[in-house]
Amino acid sequence: MNNLEYIKERFNQLPSVNDLNGLGVIRQKAFEALNKMGIPTTRHEEWKYTRIGSFFNKEYKYTEAQHALTAADLAPVRLPGYEQANELFYINGRYAPELSVVRSKGLTVQPLQEAARNEYKDIVSKHLGHSSNYLKDGIIALNTAFVQDGVFVYVKKGQIVEHPVYIYNITDARQANILAQPRTLVYVGENAQVKFAETFNTLGTQESFTNRVIEIVVEKDAITEYYKIQTDASHASQVATTHIQQIGKSYTHTVTVSLNAGLVRNNLNIVLDEQYCEAHLYGIYLQQGNSHIDNHTVVDHAKPHCESNELYKGMLDDQSTGVFNGKIFVRQDAQKTNAYQSNKNVLLSEGASVNTKPQLEIFADDVKCSHGCTIGRLDEESLFYLRSRGISERTAKSLLLHGFAVDILEQIKIAPIREYVDNLISERLEFDIA
Amino acid sequence: MLSIKNLHAGIDEKKILKGINLEIKPGEVHAIMGPNGSGKSTLASVLAGREDYEVTDGTVEFAGKDLLELSPEERAGEGLFLAFQYPVEIPGLSTTNFIKTAVNEVRKYRGEEALDAVAFLKLMKEKMAQTNIDQTLLSRSLNEGFSGGEKKRNEVFQMAMLQPKLAILDETDSGLDIDAIRIVANGVNKLRSKDNAVLLVTHYQRLLDYIVPDFVHVLYNGRIVKSGTKELALELEERGYDFIKSENVEA
Ligand SMILES: Nc1ncnc2c1ncn2[C@@H]1O[C@H](COP(=O)(O)OP(=O)(O)OP(=O)(O)O)[C@@H](O)[C@H]1O
Ligand SMILES: [Mg+2]
Repeated sequence: MNNLEYIKERFNQLPSVNDLNGLGVIRQKAFEALNKMGIPTTRHEEWKYTRIGSFFNKEYKYTEAQHALTAADLAPVRLPGYEQANELFYINGRYAPELSVVRSKGLTVQPLQEAARNEYKDIVSKHLGHSSNYLKDGIIALNTAFVQDGVFVYVKKGQIVEHPVYIYNITDARQANILAQPRTLVYVGENAQVKFAETFNTLGTQESFTNRVIEIVVEKDAITEYYKIQTDASHASQVATTHIQQIGKSYTHTVTVSLNAGLVRNNLNIVLDEQYCEAHLYGIYLQQGNSHIDNHTVVDHAKPHCESNELYKGMLDDQSTGVFNGKIFVRQDAQKTNAYQSNKNVLLSEGASVNTKPQLEIFADDVKCSHGCTIGRLDEESLFYLRSRGISERTAKSLLLHGFAVDILEQIKIAPIREYVDNLISERLEFDIA
Repeated sequence: MLSIKNLHAGIDEKKILKGINLEIKPGEVHAIMGPNGSGKSTLASVLAGREDYEVTDGTVEFAGKDLLELSPEERAGEGLFLAFQYPVEIPGLSTTNFIKTAVNEVRKYRGEEALDAVAFLKLMKEKMAQTNIDQTLLSRSLNEGFSGGEKKRNEVFQMAMLQPKLAILDETDSGLDIDAIRIVANGVNKLRSKDNAVLLVTHYQRLLDYIVPDFVHVLYNGRIVKSGTKELALELEERGYDFIKSENVEA
């Protein structure tokens, strides 16, 4: 039995499938969508360069069993500053409340199953699954079909959540290949402010495949920062979808850092669904070995007077491959839109390659849009300049590459996370920060 | 200290240097002048080790070593310094971090211990004062958005920090106002000693008012076609290069 058949069988066995008051209906619909669309192949336009079929031909365990992890197992994965932070743990895709800590006032974290029935049920039914309007393939549907172990995060109106929310996606692949599908719905209330950082870690040496979906709804005058840090093992692969819906005049800021893992596909959708929204999207990827990184972003300017600003930078070494696909929609009545997009790549070896494709679909006439992409090698002139000062070729390369990454690093506004990522990048580039 | 014999170099099929001979002894200052495109910067780049240029003939000995066998960073370690005619802008690399790395890599090459933060800061303060360079400039990304004059001054500052045996300054005076020229000259003169040497590439006599050269050479069409003392520079200033060109009509 291949993985997909196995998954479908699991679906029918889950208890909440017939629960029509809670998540049952949305799960049923998603399951039907999954059956109809299937797992995307490279014939699917949005998956042309990223092949995930093999993950569904092998056996991966999808487990509902209680995890067997202790605090000591988790110590190495915790992010700096965790002592003050709010920490949410997913183990094998299931929220683990007994490991998680919510410290900040005005921040509510609940299992989605509960939120779907209590005072939050209107929010849940309105916004859960909104991403499937943008991602027409079976991957989101697959996650939604198993949404019962997800989490609902609610930030109260007017609340400034000072300390960040750290989300850890942990896969325990010590015994078997694991499929994990962590799911989150976040609602940031009017005038509230919150920052998220999420990471992915696989324990053990078996393979893992994570199908992550987080949907974030941002209300009027709210500010949301979101940092995705991908440093998983090379036998761990993932599709990670971040879907942000700005339903009031609001501000969002995201940085996606992809330093490691086998295959990574990121979907980042930003829907600017009210006038005067602002969104900043940054990304940095460093790839080596045979790793594959695919960043698909969508910015949907649905209303007038919004601004989006996107910059992704990549360095690819060895045989690694990269994809950048940046869509910008400007809808017919989204006049006075400002949208900027840029993707810059440095190839560090003959074997590395990248496919970059901006895609602008503009239906309004009074807009300012620009996009650009570059694929190059390290600048010889700069390299010579540094070497002529006595700096070894290797160090000179590291300094130049670090310099290339700096403007993205500066966009990480949680200081300990910025330092943490800077150290990871410097370690990778094999030099010490002076 | 530096001995260049019959140096030929070029790029792709183009021959640029066509038999350069030059001897520089410790304590000397040499000036190289010559019309645009004659090969001055090429000579400076070949000496510093730029790999784009292919040396097709000749030898270069520096401090007893075969210079052409060394990588650019080894040459710097041996005490060669080139102030670039067009310094490169490097975004994201702070000037201070760059200089610190350079100073310590050169020290490592020489088998000396790295400077600690305190010692480095002290050295920096001293050289900043000497070259009139501002702290805010050094905290910015290397040369990024620096004015022409600021870039040149940064080159002189780097030279002061690295204390080379042989400093090659490629038109470091171009684009500088009078005050800045004095500062550059001051920096060079501070470096001068009986053990160090300087090779100045310049188009203007005015720099040579401040740094008096022992020898002046004219480079034309890839060769040194005339050498003399500081009076030659004055003559060139007065008469231009035409008389040199007419004396050296290519066969
Ligand atoms: N990388 C290169 N590729 C092609 N031609 C080159 C290259 N570098 C130098 N040249 C050519 O070699 C010749 C000498 O150039 P060089 O820069 O050495 O002149 P220069 O004497 O320094 O001139 P200037 O006074 O204008 O600075 C010129 O004709 C130049 O175009
Ligand atoms: Mg020149």
